[in-house]
Amino acid sequence: MNDMTPPEAAQADLFSKFDPLIETRRSLLATGVTDPFSLVMEKVLSPTTAICSGRETILLGTYNYMGMTFDPDVIAAGKQALDEFGAGTTGSRVLNGTYAGHRAVEDALKEFYGMDHAMVFSTGYQANLGIISTIAGKGDYIVLDIDSHASIWDGCKMGDAEVVPFKHNDIEAMEKRLKRIPAGAGKLVVLEGVYSMLGDIAPLKEMIRIAKENGAMVLVDEAHSMGFIGPNGRGVAEDQGVLDDVDFVIGTFSKSVGTVGGFCVSNHPKFEIMRLVCRPYVFTASLPPSVVATAATSIRKLMHAGNKRAHLWENSRTLHGALTQLGFKLGTAEPQSAIIAVIMPDLERGAMMWEALLREGLYVNLARPPATPAGMTLLRCSLCAEHTAEQVGIITGMFERAGKAVGII
Amino acid sequence: MDRAAIAARIAEVIEPFNKNDVKIDETTSFAGDLEWDSLTVMDFVAAIEDEFDIIISMNQQAEIETYGQLIDAVATLQG
Repeated sequence: MNDMTPPEAAQADLFSKFDPLIETRRSLLATGVTDPFSLVMEKVLSPTTAICSGRETILLGTYNYMGMTFDPDVIAAGKQALDEFGAGTTGSRVLNGTYAGHRAVEDALKEFYGMDHAMVFSTGYQANLGIISTIAGKGDYIVLDIDSHASIWDGCKMGDAEVVPFKHNDIEAMEKRLKRIPAGAGKLVVLEGVYSMLGDIAPLKEMIRIAKENGAMVLVDEAHSMGFIGPNGRGVAEDQGVLDDVDFVIGTFSKSVGTVGGFCVSNHPKFEIMRLVCRPYVFTASLPPSVVATAATSIRKLMHAGNKRAHLWENSRTLHGALTQLGFKLGTAEPQSAIIAVIMPDLERGAMMWEALLREGLYVNLARPPATPAGMTLLRCSLCAEHTAEQVGIITGMFERAGKAVGII
Repeated sequence: MDRAAIAARIAEVIEPFNKNDVKIDETTSFAGDLEWDSLTVMDFVAAIEDEFDIIISMNQQAEIETYGQLIDAVATLQG
């Protein structure tokens, strides 16, 4: 019998494609630096401080722009929902997973943006994935900025539309591509308000005008602007006076709102059909009741957060000015958002600088390709409205000492 | 425009991107032989699009690996 068993074929290791990355990581860690991608926060003390490796650390890389994570009203709402509705919904939004809290947070979003429809997803990633892959179908064209977030690219990849990227923030490159699309094809232009790697904003006013002149629908991801850019914190499109021309705004609860979840708001008269056709909305469990309760409370408080917004901008301007003066190379010449990207000469010195800052008691994000544009290594800092002026001063001192120790300034 | 004319114009667009002076023929591959990374590919595609006033979507780019395939694709896209 055994003679008749065919010989086992040599097994190709499906992991061999990761070998270059495994090697990059190995050689980086061999230099003795702490692994920048496996930090553990042992205790979180406030929106701006945590205990990491037993040391009190200032947090400067959390996207917790408005410091809502420890807001007493937000926490109370979450606890009450946990008591009254339980730990989770165990179901899809379209089956058993829509509780009163899910409706309430969608109502809060409609009011926040002044729009007719709001649809809440389990994460911001899923909001982009779901909306983009569902509305742009076979034969349609998606025209998008080359520096778009991974969730936008993945939404493009999951759908059947033709995908046409253009050079970052290049109005003319976008217009040329729109004009070359065959007549009659559906067009979706995808833009972001703030690009999270360098912290720069998009010229939405011109881009949206051109998109509309060329018959395209427009989707803008305002993940990094909600709560503090624009007169009502609705984002860069509001700030530039063009929010009414945006067909779909995508956003997240995991930044200024201070919890987790994603959403799309729209005035499209047929928008509600998305709840039945958008697979990343249908085929996953809805957010836990405590999360939607914290989000709704936070969003309503963000409507009246003028003073906090002003302080966040103050922090951003102060740190941007101080780092520029110290001689660091930054992602933007002027502060355009609450993100300040410090450009590192290479990955190795970036990791050394990251570790030197951590030893000083400062956490920032180390960002590297493919997440970053043009192969850059960045130390990405995001400020919080709860950072005190004193903390910003301390942070500047830490950057100065670490930068000199590593030889970057 | 005939195939030879398209080929000649593409060759001109390739030249400034061909940093190692690799000799180009129909089977020369962009990623393998010319060793272009994704950023170079992006800039090159934009240059080709502008040269011929066409769109080469990401979906179509996935099917184009060599100089010869690009000539055929541009010929088709030009109609």
